[in-house]
Amino acid sequence: MGLVLPILIPLTTAIAALFAWRWRRWQRRLGLAGAIALLAASVTLLMQVWRQGSQALWMGNWPAPFGIALIADLLSAIMVVLAATIGVAVVLFSLAHMDPAREAFGYYPLVHILLMGVCGAFLTGDLFNLYVWFEVMLMASFVLLALGGERAQLEGAIKYVTLNLMASALFLTAVGLLYGLVGTLNMADIAQRVRATAPSGAKTAIAFLLLTAFGIKAAIFPLFFWLPASYHTPPVAVSAIFAGLLTKVGVYALLRVFTLIFTEDGHALILILSGLTMLTGVLGALAQNEFRRILSFHIISQIGYMIMGLGLLTTAGLAGSIFYIIHHIIVKTNLFLTSGLAHAVHGSFDLSRLGGLYRTHPGLAVLFLIPALSLAGLPPLSGFFAKLLLIRAGLQVGQWAIVAIALGVSLLTLLSMMKIWTEAFWKPKADDPPLVAPSPAIARPVPSGVLATHWGIVSSAGLAFLTVGIGLGAEFVLALAEAAAEQLRNPDLYISTMFRGRS
Amino acid sequence: MESVLAAVTGILYATGLYMLLRRSVVKLIIGLGLLSNGSNLLIFTMGRLVRGRPPIVPEGESSVPLPYADPLPQALILTAIVISFGVLAFALVLIHRAYRAVGTDDLDDLKTTDT
Repeated sequence: MGLVLPILIPLTTAIAALFAWRWRRWQRRLGLAGAIALLAASVTLLMQVWRQGSQALWMGNWPAPFGIALIADLLSAIMVVLAATIGVAVVLFSLAHMDPAREAFGYYPLVHILLMGVCGAFLTGDLFNLYVWFEVMLMASFVLLALGGERAQLEGAIKYVTLNLMASALFLTAVGLLYGLVGTLNMADIAQRVRATAPSGAKTAIAFLLLTAFGIKAAIFPLFFWLPASYHTPPVAVSAIFAGLLTKVGVYALLRVFTLIFTEDGHALILILSGLTMLTGVLGALAQNEFRRILSFHIISQIGYMIMGLGLLTTAGLAGSIFYIIHHIIVKTNLFLTSGLAHAVHGSFDLSRLGGLYRTHPGLAVLFLIPALSLAGLPPLSGFFAKLLLIRAGLQVGQWAIVAIALGVSLLTLLSMMKIWTEAFWKPKADDPPLVAPSPAIARPVPSGVLATHWGIVSSAGLAFLTVGIGLGAEFVLALAEAAAEQLRNPDLYISTMFRGRS
Repeated sequence: MESVLAAVTGILYATGLYMLLRRSVVKLIIGLGLLSNGSNLLIFTMGRLVRGRPPIVPEGESSVPLPYADPLPQALILTAIVISFGVLAFALVLIHRAYRAVGTDDLDDLKTTDT
C-alpha cells in the first residue's frame, strides 16, 4: 500500500484542487496539504525500504511479468522523498510569489500532476509504464511552462515541447524494438532475458536509442539545447521545480536502465559524455549575464557529475552519483528560489540591473551563499562530499582525465557563483536609468518590506538548512547512498524482489 | 507483409525527421505527428504479424497454439495513440498562441530566448 501512496496523494490533491477551481484560497491550502502529505508518505516509504529491503507491488494482483508492478528499491525511495521535498518547498514559495492569474488557472493542480508523473516514473517497474509516466510529467510541464502565455514562455515552450516529444518518440521506438527482441516489458524480466541473449547489433542499437532518449530528457552533452532556451522563461517557482526534478528523472532512468538491463553497453561512452557535459555546461554559464540563465547552464554541468558515477560503473561511483543527485536537487531548487527572491526585491534577473543586495538584504545574501558555495563544492556543505565521493571513485579506477575535468569544472563553478555574488550582492546598485524603457510589468516598484513576511524565505531557508544538514550529517546520507549503490550493482536483488512481490 | 510495414515505418520516420528540420513551425508539428505514427507502426510490426489466430485457448487445451496474434503491442499502440493525440492537440494550440504573440511561423524568428 505504501508504494502506491506517492502516486495516489498527488492525484487526489490535483482532483480536489480542480473541484476548488473558483476558490483560489482553497486551491492554495489543498496544494500545500497535498505536498506535505506526499512528503510524509514518501518518508514512510523510505524508512520501510531502509528497514525491510526493496518492495514490489503487483497492481491488480497480476503476478510479475504479466501485470504492471510498482517497485521501490532505495534509489527509487530516495528519489521520491526528494521529489516530495521539492514539492513542499516550491508550493510554499508559490504561496508567496505566484501571481493570482496563474493560480486561478490551475497552477496547483498542475504542480501535483507533475509530482504524480515524477513519482510514478521513479516507482514503476515496467518500461512502457515508464513511458506513460514520462508523458504525464511532460504534459503537466508543458502546460506549466506555457501557463501565462508570455511571448518568451511560448517561444521556450515550442523548443521544450519539440525536443521532449522527439525524445519520447525515440523512447517508444526503443520500447518497441526491445519488446520484439525479448517479448516482455517488465524491467526485471527484460533484464533476465537480455542477459540470456547473445550480444547483437539489435541489443546495442536499443541501448543507444535509450541513451539518446533519456539523454535528451536529462540534458547531457550534445542534446541539451532545449534546456537553456526554456528554463529561464516561466515564473521562478516553475523554473525551480523543473530545475530540481525534471532532468533528474532522465538521470534516474539512465541509472536504472544502464545498471539493470544493459550492464555491458555504453558505459565508456557515458563517461566521455559526462566529461563533455560538465565542461560545456560550465563554459556556457560563464558566458551568461542573467541570473537564471547562469543557473540553467549549471544544471547541465551538474548532470555531467551525476552520470560520471554511472560511467565509472563501480559501487563507489554510483554511490557518488546518488549522493550528488540528493545534493543537487536541493541546492539547485534553492538557487532558483533565491533568484526569485532577488527578483522580488529589484524586479530583474539581469545581473547588470541587480546590485547592493548584501547591504539591503543580508539575510537573502546568506540564503544565496549557502547553496552557491555548496554547488561549487566547498566544505562542509553537501556539494563537497558529493564531489569528494565521485573524485575518489574516479581515482580508484585510474580515470585521471575525468577526475581532472571534475576538479577544474568545480573551480569554474565557483567562479561563476562568485560572479553572481559580486554582481547581485556586492556591487552597488546601478541607479542610472536603463537605456531601454522597461516594460511596466518589470518596472513595477517593489516595497522593500516585501520579503519580511513571506513563505518564500521559509522555503528557501528550509532548503538551505537541508544543504547544511546533508553536509554535517554526511555519514548518514553516505550510508544511504552506498546502500542504494550496492542494490544497483546487484540487479538480481531487483529481479527477485519483483518476482517475490505482493499485492 | 512485414517487409512492407518495415518500409512504411522507415518512410514515416524519414519524412517525419525531414519535416522536423524545416523552418516552419506547422511543418515541425506535422513532423512530430509522423514520427509518433512511425513508432506506433514499429511496435505493431515488432509484435509479429499473424492473421486470423486470436490468442484464445481452444476448448480442451491448456495453452494457445502457436503462432497467435499478440494483443499486447496493440494495447501499447492504443495507449501511445491516445497520448500522442493529446500532446499534439496541445502542441497545435501552443503554436497558434505563439503565432499570435510573435506573428510568424518561421523558427528562425523564434530565437529571442536562445542563448
